[in-house]
Amino acid sequence: MNAVATTRPISATFAPMGARRLLVFGGIALVAGGMLFGDIFAVFTLHQNASQQGAALIAASQAVAKNDADGVNRIFGSLGSLLEDRGTKVDAHVHMIGAGYLALLLALVQPFVALASGVKKTLAALFIAGGTLLPIGIFLIHYVGLAYSPFPVIGWASVLADSAGALLIIVLIAEAWGFRLYLRTRELSESPLPEDDTWARRALLSGGTLLVLLGFLHGAWYAGAYLYQHERMETGILQDMITAASTNDLAAATAQVNEFGNLAGARAVNIAAHSHLIDFGLLAMLLSFVQPYVFLHEKWKRRWTQVLLAGSLILPVFVLLELKLGLIAGGVADFGGLMVIVALVGMLVGVLRYTGTLDATVGGAS
Amino acid sequence: MTGSSRLLIFGGLALASFGMLYGLHYALLVEHQTLDRLGGSLAQAFAQAADRHPAQSRAALDAYGETKYDYVRQVDAHSHWIGLAMLMIVLGVLFERVSFAESIRQAIALSLLVGSGVFPLSVILQTYHHGAMGLKALAVASSALVIGAMAATAWGFARQRTAA
Repeated sequence: MNAVATTRPISATFAPMGARRLLVFGGIALVAGGMLFGDIFAVFTLHQNASQQGAALIAASQAVAKNDADGVNRIFGSLGSLLEDRGTKVDAHVHMIGAGYLALLLALVQPFVALASGVKKTLAALFIAGGTLLPIGIFLIHYVGLAYSPFPVIGWASVLADSAGALLIIVLIAEAWGFRLYLRTRELSESPLPEDDTWARRALLSGGTLLVLLGFLHGAWYAGAYLYQHERMETGILQDMITAASTNDLAAATAQVNEFGNLAGARAVNIAAHSHLIDFGLLAMLLSFVQPYVFLHEKWKRRWTQVLLAGSLILPVFVLLELKLGLIAGGVADFGGLMVIVALVGMLVGVLRYTGTLDATVGGAS
Repeated sequence: MTGSSRLLIFGGLALASFGMLYGLHYALLVEHQTLDRLGGSLAQAFAQAADRHPAQSRAALDAYGETKYDYVRQVDAHSHWIGLAMLMIVLGVLFERVSFAESIRQAIALSLLVGSGVFPLSVILQTYHHGAMGLKALAVASSALVIGAMAATAWGFARQRTAA
């Protein structure tokens, strides 16, 4: 492997335990962790949760048919818990990945942040801490609830999540302040990112741009063609469900519950395809910058790039196909997600190998 | 750093901070109450139907529809502001690779900034004027601005590769 020779010129841009290194490691780890959590959630919770919601709506329709208003309220209490369970897990997944993206972004703009290196390192550590605590807090909301909380509707887990979110905002404001200082002096505070033009970098950049564009187009198409229609359909289906239950027609009410589930599925897969295309596109673009720090043979860098781009397309396409192909498509989509995670971990290992080599060289020299 | 890159990075950082502040404000002051109202109105629609009060049931269901309409747009605006801001920062770092004259790059960067700011804003404003055609048109125009700018950026990257 010829990486030692090629890494020396860029070693200055990746100082041991510097802000950029901390943000690159933390960013990739947060994205990989968030995706792994999302995959586990999709396989073990998502479909089961949807079935439980359907069952709760059927039970509510039966309670309506029996004139049992108390029963309705009991069922909706449990339905609210189901929705909270699902919602907090989706939010934890999304916020963990979002914080990872922001960490990678901040790693890119570090040369343009005119602050002392110690301050930048502290800000980076605070950002990674906030990015880790935010999804943990969100995840715990469902389990901690309002236990020992002095507030009427906000529990301690929400307080943890909101505090972590505030920490991220404070760090971002400080970074923006550092950027403003740079604009005054126009002097880079550290070495700029290494310039290279490898196949992996070009493929990630152009592939990422196309994925983002594809995601934008899909989102615009969905918003124009279906968003308002689906919103109208939801209240229409619920009204029909209630009317059928009121007239004791439980077969019709159950059919409407199934319609409701189908509609929720159609909305969910379209929104998931839109957001995953854009997220993966952005991830590919971000990872194109990290490539000079991936200490792997060019052949392996190409492989991980191909695996990442393929997974990034497979997941959203097969999420959309879930409506037609059912669980088989769901399984393929999960496999696409796994491909992205494996490629990310492969690249993270490459960065770890790079830093190990770099630190050993620096340690040996001193 | 060119003016277009500066516009994208600084605009992106400002937009991300604004989007997060908006999200924090919404989470602290609005979201919990909205979620309570959302679940409560749906439960009430069923409970009123169980008591055979169809008019009240329908009113509660209408309230559910309106609350959900607002909630979805508030959350979407927050996430779109931050997502578009992140995209702007990434593009800002590599915008010199977009193979157009700086004046065109500045026009693309400005389109991205304006579109990314106005699109979620027009979505949020729809919560105050449900179904307003003017706001829907603004959302379509601003999202088209973002898509057009992104397509131009992709074309700019491709042009450079062709030249290389």
